[in-house]
Amino acid sequence: MSKPIFYGAGFPYREIGDLPGKLIVLEGSDGVGRSTQIKLLRHWLEDEGYAVSDTGLRRSEMTQRGLEDARKGHTLSRITMSLFYATDFADRLENQIIPALQAGFIVLSDRYFYSIMARDIIRGADPDWAHKIYGFALKPDLILYLKADVTHLVSRLIHGRGLNYWEAGMDIHPLYNLYDSFVEYQSELILLFNQLSKDYGFITIDAGRPVKQVFPDLQSQIMGLLEDFQSTLDEDE
Amino acid sequence: MLRKNTTPGKLIIVEGIDGSGKSTQIGLLYKWLQTQGYSVYFSEWNSSDLVKSTTKRAKKRRYFTPTTFSILLCTDFADRWENQILPLLKAGAIVLADRYAFTAFGRDVARGVDREWVRNLYSFAMQPDIALFFRVPLEVTIQRITSTRSKIKYYEAGMDLNLSESRIDSFKLFQRRILSEYNNMVDEFDFTVIDGTLSVQVQQRLVRKIVKRELEGWKGLAIPEYNLSPFKQNKINHEKEVP
Repeated sequence: MSKPIFYGAGFPYREIGDLPGKLIVLEGSDGVGRSTQIKLLRHWLEDEGYAVSDTGLRRSEMTQRGLEDARKGHTLSRITMSLFYATDFADRLENQIIPALQAGFIVLSDRYFYSIMARDIIRGADPDWAHKIYGFALKPDLILYLKADVTHLVSRLIHGRGLNYWEAGMDIHPLYNLYDSFVEYQSELILLFNQLSKDYGFITIDAGRPVKQVFPDLQSQIMGLLEDFQSTLDEDE
Repeated sequence: MLRKNTTPGKLIIVEGIDGSGKSTQIGLLYKWLQTQGYSVYFSEWNSSDLVKSTTKRAKKRRYFTPTTFSILLCTDFADRWENQILPLLKAGAIVLADRYAFTAFGRDVARGVDREWVRNLYSFAMQPDIALFFRVPLEVTIQRITSTRSKIKYYEAGMDLNLSESRIDSFKLFQRRILSEYNNMVDEFDFTVIDGTLSVQVQQRLVRKIVKRELEGWKGLAIPEYNLSPFKQNKINHEKEVP
């Protein structure tokens, strides 16, 4: 990454300087296997001798408790929810991701603001408004989009952690059952992700395959990125 | 620019730096409108139950950066906007707000966030029908604040900006920046400027005149007969739905 590039104004009140680390984002639907792949990637990269840090939505120390409470009560209105998530994202970006990149870490981000935007837009948010909120966000070095169809997601989730209220978009279709709502909501999200993929330059990886087949594809994308990373590190020696 | 208020309700807001006397004025306006028989409700800055605990913790532990401070306060505003202010305006009530998006445009920009960025953040809100800006010279407000309060809080004083080691000096510098942002917003957001150095009564007379003109010929939400006591406090009642 070296010189930070932002989608908009960034953090005008703060000099960020060079970022020797790499920011790698894994995007994709609920239940597509992002966290499994991140565990594998982390293990592999650490074996290779890289310092790795990972992060994901709702892990900010500042907003975690409040956001969890709000989700439990199902009292979050649309704009309020967008902004609560944006606070979480901004806090992690400034206080976790950027410091890790400054220290030369590889940061694996389980989702980025694209997921938050997608969920906002499906709930009626103005796409331009949503995009501009994230004018403070860093452009990642690599955005890997794990793509699978809804049938695949359902099978992974039913046999895994189960379907839940928010992932099924039950706030949008309160009269549906969990299954129908999930299918409709996730299908809409996938369509929207196809669009975001073009807008933001995602690299699409077919995640409808077994974990062991998806992993090498991610590895080879990351290896491509790390070749220059390695050569800049070598120059420093 | 904020979008126009297209609801049948009326939105009246007050702005000004700390110690400008705006809360006193809107409090008096609120009581007056009640006795005039209007359906009037009051919304206060930074008061959403949903967000309160997070803000409180973040302040205590000093977690905030200018960006997170800005977005979290906008989250608070959004909760009040979606669940209180907008529904009441749609129903045809008068909503009075002590501070509005302009407080964020002043403070957050004084903290260093991008002007256009914070304006976009609040672009879901509507332009008030009346935006009263209480303008008072900095020396006067500083005097008012320091004589009535024992201690200025960390973020209130802008201590996070490292402007000065001294809390009072930091507060002065921070307020100066905010005041300059407010002055730039007068035309941008069509503020009605009130001279906050005038006596409370004179200011209130001006405020009522402005409001009266706005409400001329306007019929808002009717009040049920049994509710007509002028002494009843209209607290915003928002029942959170539980599915």
